Amino acid sequence: MIRFENVGLRYDMGPEILRDLTFTFAPRSFHFLTGPSGAGKTSLLRLLFLSLKPTRGLINLFGKDVATLSKRELSGIRRRIGMVFQDFRLLDHLTTFENVALPLRVQGKAETDYRADVVDLLKWVGLGERMHVLPPVLSGGEKQRASIARAVIGQPELLLADEPTGNVDPVLGRRLLRLFMELNKLGTSVVIATHDINLMDQFDAPRAVLEDGHLRIEE
Amino acid sequence: MSAAEHGTDGDLTAVKGEPELRPSAQIVPQRSVAGSALTLVVAIMSFLACLTLGGVTLIRDAAHTWQGEIGREVTIQIRPIDGVDTEAELNKARDIAMAAPGIAGARIVSTAETERLLEPWLGSGLELSGLPVPRLVIVEVADAGATDFGALRQALTEVAGASLDDHGLWTERLAATAAVLVMIGIGVLVLVLVAMVLSVVFATRGAMAGNRSVVEVLHFVGAEDGFIAGQFQRHFMVLGLKGGLAGGLAAMAVFAIGNLLSRGPLGTGGTTGAEMLFGGFAVGPTGYLGALGVVFVVAVLTAATSRITVQRHLAMLS
Ligand SMILES: Nc1ncnc2c1ncn2[C@@H]1O[C@H](COP(=O)(O)OP(=O)(O)OP(=O)(O)O)[C@@H](O)[C@H]1O
Ligand SMILES: [Mg+2]
Repeated sequence: MIRFENVGLRYDMGPEILRDLTFTFAPRSFHFLTGPSGAGKTSLLRLLFLSLKPTRGLINLFGKDVATLSKRELSGIRRRIGMVFQDFRLLDHLTTFENVALPLRVQGKAETDYRADVVDLLKWVGLGERMHVLPPVLSGGEKQRASIARAVIGQPELLLADEPTGNVDPVLGRRLLRLFMELNKLGTSVVIATHDINLMDQFDAPRAVLEDGHLRIEE
Repeated sequence: MSAAEHGTDGDLTAVKGEPELRPSAQIVPQRSVAGSALTLVVAIMSFLACLTLGGVTLIRDAAHTWQGEIGREVTIQIRPIDGVDTEAELNKARDIAMAAPGIAGARIVSTAETERLLEPWLGSGLELSGLPVPRLVIVEVADAGATDFGALRQALTEVAGASLDDHGLWTERLAATAAVLVMIGIGVLVLVLVAMVLSVVFATRGAMAGNRSVVEVLHFVGAEDGFIAGQFQRHFMVLGLKGGLAGGLAAMAVFAIGNLLSRGPLGTGGTTGAEMLFGGFAVGPTGYLGALGVVFVVAVLTAATSRITVQRHLAMLS
């Protein structure tokens, strides 16, 4: 599913933030990605999401070397990945419903075909009452849930989540973790970047720890 | 459009007790794209394009009528020669002309008529027979295609002092002038459309810069470049149609007013130079059809330009 070989990353002329990353995540696996703030968790997720190119090394995703992808293949792969951004990246002029439905809409699906699914999912994440409003009037936690719903609506093969419970209370955090576990059971590989020890303690999954640019996997 | 959509939220009948969803908003917001300034530019360009096209059809029609009218009448000139009976030669020339194919009739211009024709130059009370004034036979052509002027000219060599003037030089010059004017018109039309395309290119680039985050999110959720281009294109298509229609209708109004003025009580009865040239500014159906064509071309061109601009921009991003 995911294979890194000697991957290094630096921004511009800065220091190397990720160094010699070599690891594999199997299909249907579940990993927490943790480490101190500024360790490079977001950067690693961006590498996985192909929104950043490594300075060196080889990244293999879904059996393809990502350096050789065409634009068309790139959008094809993006449809197989769901990403929850630390800063949400919702579109302010679209309602919660429209934001969550966006991945299906860009695939050319008709609204009548996906409406019920989107509404169900919104209810599940507790946004049933908020689906008609625009993101600027949502609270941080509501935006986060909208962003999660948008990432999972297309039933991706790989789910990447950057601090997905950073803005919600522990109860809701557990609920969202359950959503990720459900998805994982259905076959989605999940990588969750988090500082939240509590959250990690609730589910027995390997932890990938980033420190000093190196990655260590604790089973 | 999106402003209206925001307002209609919730007053439609609810399904299963839930508020109805608004019709999906456009992914690229209307406000971020369509400057009314650009619509105005497109309208002005379409207006100019339509006027140019109208002018071209006017010139072409006028040249056509002119050529037809000039070609309908040819003249045979008989120079008086000492010792030759001019009247007999005139009759001979007329008979030859009548016998030629495609000729409707031939008429000898009488001495009295010739005197009247010459009066302004030579004064009245003139004794023509004392002067070597050439005489004319006016030949009316029924079917210019059937008449062989070369053969007629050949036949007229039997008549002493006769020469045939079929205005060939005139019609050729007229055709050449008209062709040059039409080419200039088409050149102007192309330039106007190129200028419009360029302003659409700049506007599209501006719209893309203003929607950078939207484009980014669309890429993140797996949109292909063609889909993104389509989101911009639909706005420009509408804009092109609006501007094109406004300009085209304005141009048609100008055509109609021109026609009315030249026919109505204000019309000077064909005495101004322009009216004599162009038959009173009457833009024919070709002009109106052409204006509709310009509107269509402008809309398609605007949409296609924005699409290509977006796709080239996206291709550069990767
Ligand atoms: N676009 C960028 N340009 C330059 N430096 C960057 C950029 N993005 C991140 N960095 C730097 O890279 C390092 C890792 O950043 P990153 O956002 O990946 O950390 P993180 O582990 O996600 O931190 P946090 O837990 O606070 O979200 C930081 O030192 C940061 O300053
Ligand atoms: Mg981060």
